[in-house]
Amino acid sequence: MAQASAATAHAHEHGSHEHKELHGILKYLWSTDHKVIAMQYLFTGMFMAMVGGFMAYVFRMQLAFPGKSVPLFGYVSPGRYNALITAHGSIMIFWVAMPVLIAAFGNYLIPLMIGADDMVFPRLNRLSYQVFLLSVIVLLSSLFVKGGGFGGGWPAYPPLSANAKYNLTPLGSSMWLVAVALEFAAFLMGGINFITTLMNARAPGMKAYDIPMMPWMVVIASIMFMLSVGPLIAGAIMLFFDQNLGTGFYDPSRGGDPILWQHLFWFFGHPEVYVVLLPAVGTVLEIITTFARKKLFGYKTLLYTAAATAVLSFFVWAHHQFIAGIDPRMANIFTVTTMIISIPIAEMCFVIIATLYGGDIRLSTPMLWALAFMAEFLIGGCTGIFLGASGADIYLHETYFVLAHFHYTFFPIAIIGTFAAFTYWFPKMFGKMLNETLGKIHFWGTIIPFNLIFIPLFILGLDGQQRRIYDFQNFPELRHLQPIRILATISLVVMLLFQFVFFFNVIRAWLKGPKAPKNPWQSNTLEWTAESPPPHGNWPPDRMPKVYRGPYEYNHPDREDDYWPQNIPPEPEPAPSPAR
Amino acid sequence: MLHGLIPEASSFAGNIDWLIFLVLVLVGFWFIVAEGVFFWLIFRFRSRPGHKGQYLTGHEKHVERWIKIPHALVLICDVIIIIGAVHVWYIVKMHLPPADYTVRVTGQQWDWVFQEPGADGKLDTKDDIYTTDSLHVEVNKTYHFLLESRDVIHDFSVPVFRLKQDAIPGRTITGWFRPTETGTFDIQCAKLCGIGHGVMVGSMVVETPAQHAAWVAKNTPTSAQ
Repeated sequence: MAQASAATAHAHEHGSHEHKELHGILKYLWSTDHKVIAMQYLFTGMFMAMVGGFMAYVFRMQLAFPGKSVPLFGYVSPGRYNALITAHGSIMIFWVAMPVLIAAFGNYLIPLMIGADDMVFPRLNRLSYQVFLLSVIVLLSSLFVKGGGFGGGWPAYPPLSANAKYNLTPLGSSMWLVAVALEFAAFLMGGINFITTLMNARAPGMKAYDIPMMPWMVVIASIMFMLSVGPLIAGAIMLFFDQNLGTGFYDPSRGGDPILWQHLFWFFGHPEVYVVLLPAVGTVLEIITTFARKKLFGYKTLLYTAAATAVLSFFVWAHHQFIAGIDPRMANIFTVTTMIISIPIAEMCFVIIATLYGGDIRLSTPMLWALAFMAEFLIGGCTGIFLGASGADIYLHETYFVLAHFHYTFFPIAIIGTFAAFTYWFPKMFGKMLNETLGKIHFWGTIIPFNLIFIPLFILGLDGQQRRIYDFQNFPELRHLQPIRILATISLVVMLLFQFVFFFNVIRAWLKGPKAPKNPWQSNTLEWTAESPPPHGNWPPDRMPKVYRGPYEYNHPDREDDYWPQNIPPEPEPAPSPAR
Repeated sequence: MLHGLIPEASSFAGNIDWLIFLVLVLVGFWFIVAEGVFFWLIFRFRSRPGHKGQYLTGHEKHVERWIKIPHALVLICDVIIIIGAVHVWYIVKMHLPPADYTVRVTGQQWDWVFQEPGADGKLDTKDDIYTTDSLHVEVNKTYHFLLESRDVIHDFSVPVFRLKQDAIPGRTITGWFRPTETGTFDIQCAKLCGIGHGVMVGSMVVETPAQHAAWVAKNTPTSAQ
């Protein structure tokens, strides 16, 4: 019934599309096609990744060769250093991980994977991107205003962030806050769209447990985002008032409390980790099942662990604040909840690993990325236990151990996960095949230097090196560690240089790559039954797909082929061609 | 475990290092098992001619145990880690052994200011010694610190003591430490506190009783004598 009404809504929506077909640049600025909006998010996110990567290059160069002019940038003053690390952190989380993993792939894949012709709210979708673009412009311009960009760290703890007397960036800090708030508004609009679309616009026959994992994960992530962001938006408004209207919500001399912000921030900030993790896990599951030719090991187990993670993630936030001056008894409670959340996450990893058992594993480029996600994320997950154990966190808090830990979670999520998704769905999105050899060179050229950047940083953290220092030569106990810093910086430069292989591969495939068939990986899910790339509306209106089974029926004993697409009717009479 | 990298110079440094070692053993075991099984499966079930994948839903009893048993074992490891973490946390942050001396530590952009009790051993008396950026303490004495901030959030961190505590404006946070080795050690600010964060360094000078007495005698303000 819901589907019927959604279908009517679509028909209506389509009518209005046809009515005023847009041309030229307007087609891209005002398109309501979920695929165009996804591309806009994807390219904006990738541009921001380059900006964030360049910033990492600049401040890593300063750390390795302090006081020397950085090629392509210049001298890094302490104020600039703080602005760079703050912008790098905010950009990589809010303007790269979220737009690419959730908005770009969520937008592109949810309608295609559930057999819908578009999102249920296409205009809201368009507005979401436009607001997001505005947030990008505000953020980037904040780096060039008088006083420079905000340099208070991406968690923006007041009173430093609340008062220009302390942070010396009167404009930069307010603009940073406005940009973050706009980005949240954009993702609230996107999130409500994802949730409604998955609930109402699925293809006939697609029951809850027939939905592929990628849409599930994006939707669970969107629900978490929507539930967690409210307190932070309230907190951000109070912080904006403190900055600009002279209120004292976080000012202890006027009855406020700076720790209030930390609670509001991390109540959002910790679920946020899982908000970006889940879409990456969804991507990895699609790829691993396809290239291991294997049914997902425990579909329901995985779905429940994801749901359990989502719920538990709302009860762990204060492990960021063990030594922040909260009541020390609270730390015990949050140690317990933090350890408990390791269980669904561990189980999720076990499910991914167990899926490989009995498979027929093909190591194509997307599969390499998906496997690398698992191998590297395990390091990130395991090192998190050290930090979640309150007693050990006393020493490790705010050291490079923390930094290396979360890069071992966020890099697999935002970079490895994105490359996995990009290489896997590239044939569908652009209708061309990427070169496998170049893809593998890029893979190894990214993974090996990545480990050589961050394993040394674990050692620095264990040595007691604290974060956000522009020049460690000022600390007598840390001076002798300079060779380790230089190793990390050189590895970063090597890794960044290997990204040119990726861009070359993409441009080459785009211009003269072989044309992609509908279903190059012989996968089961519905997006592979559409044309590559799919036209506006995805399928011809009279041939919208119907679903007869779950998404991971590989190597089914009743079937000759090692895959069984969701849309093939179960009748025993021979289907003309599996990919139709 | 960490003393190869950085000295253990306080009474509780050993407890914290022991906890880190405990976590390392338990987590390291799971890490090696998981990565080992992972790479073995990739190799064992690699695609090759004549090889066909199996059809398993993961909900069959005989395969489901491969998730359920590790699940239970992880839970046991978690309980052990929680007990260890709470134990160490209690020693360092929740219990307060009686003080031999009390000092006041104040963070401000971008200095550490210390108030030491002077010859009478009592804080907030006329013979208190005020110093900037270096705190002189006596080895094997229990110190309470009263941690305050004048402007933004700072973090009083002494890596060799394994001591770290945020300084929050508007609050006085009490903590303790007991130095066990003499020497001069770094005091860091471990919370980003503005453009001078990178130069907010101090030194913790741990002295023998004789050295400390001499230092106190030399630095007692003339007005108090």
